[in-house]
Amino acid sequence: MTKANAPVIEMLTALADDELVIGHRDSEWTGYAPILEEDIAFSNIAQDEIGHSLVWYTLLERLLQRSPDAMAFERQWLDFRCCRFVAYPRGDFAYTVVRQYLFDEAEHVRLEALAQSSYGPIRDAAARIMKEEAYHLLHSEALVERLGDATDESRRRMHAATATAFPQSLGLFERLEHEDVLVRERVFPGNAKLQTAWIERIVATFGAVSITLPLDGSSKPLCLADYGGRAGDHTSDLEQLIADLHMVYQSVSGASW
Amino acid sequence: MVSVPISEQAVWDILRTIPDPEIPVLSLIDLGIVTRVRTDDGAVEVTLCPTFSGCPALHQMRMDVEETLVSHGCTQVTVIVDQRASWTTDLLAENARRRLQAFGIAPPPPRGESLPATLALPVKCPHCGSSETKLDSEFGATLCKQLYLCNSCHQAFERFKPL
Repeated sequence: MTKANAPVIEMLTALADDELVIGHRDSEWTGYAPILEEDIAFSNIAQDEIGHSLVWYTLLERLLQRSPDAMAFERQWLDFRCCRFVAYPRGDFAYTVVRQYLFDEAEHVRLEALAQSSYGPIRDAAARIMKEEAYHLLHSEALVERLGDATDESRRRMHAATATAFPQSLGLFERLEHEDVLVRERVFPGNAKLQTAWIERIVATFGAVSITLPLDGSSKPLCLADYGGRAGDHTSDLEQLIADLHMVYQSVSGASW
Repeated sequence: MVSVPISEQAVWDILRTIPDPEIPVLSLIDLGIVTRVRTDDGAVEVTLCPTFSGCPALHQMRMDVEETLVSHGCTQVTVIVDQRASWTTDLLAENARRRLQAFGIAPPPPRGESLPATLALPVKCPHCGSSETKLDSEFGATLCKQLYLCNSCHQAFERFKPL
């Protein structure tokens, strides 16, 4: 790895790891979701997110000379650069819906920005992924609207899930070590700007179902953000998840389909 | 072993006979995923652009291309997967929409201004032709399909997602 590539490598690793890890959590609903349509939906979303991690890992392969499989299956859990948010256990269905919605909106603003990146391969990949992600956002936004204002239980669960998930989800916008270089080189506009655009979008959706977020008068979060993941400071939830993800690969080394 | 030189046109004709593993009424050419064919003496290089990034059928398609070309006498076959290229349903061959319809899958409309605008267009039931249908789920049995219900003939059907 050359020093010049380090900022792009850092950003791509964070993007790819977020996709892989949330995709794994989504896959945990296969066979367990409350209704068949949601079982199918989360199984599809899991496949999409893991497919998107493959797109980003494929870009990394040229920079790191490390295959997507090696990135996914041969790294230690502390070497992952996903935010903590995506690694937390799936919780109840309300938490899953709120997490996916917050993630989908973050992807939306990030991919729109990356589609204008000065780095050509990232621009192309973002354009490809954006089209597929549009379906995720339609799905999760509709679920927030429906479950946020359905029954007493659904309202209670959605409020509780949002109160838990919102501070965690700020970790999606944790500053990168090489953030200044990436912004200066116009690879992306920076996490602070993305977070502002994201808050504007989620406030509108949650507001429609009377869920308020802890924000000050200028829409800045009043809660403590759950940072650490981008620097490899993870919780043991990721350790467990990676152990599950690696189980087959490590027990049958070199296995293929 | 010396391989027999093969023309690019011959390779395209062979690829036209390989069915999509999930929707076998369409060939890989009908799907519009073959973006380039290059031949150099007996060596053949085929570039595929995946439909959906996470499509699990891609691995099968890759093997099908390799095995079919080898069975036609090509000994050096390279399949490149171009993840950077962006596939859209507008790349489907003209007759692909008719074949999907006959197979019971509502074909995607040409892409409009935006995805919400495209999704707002009426969807015709492939069984009875009625436009009295409604979306049941954005997702279906494979990444490229979504679920609809027909209010006229009361059957569920799949439609190819506009992308």
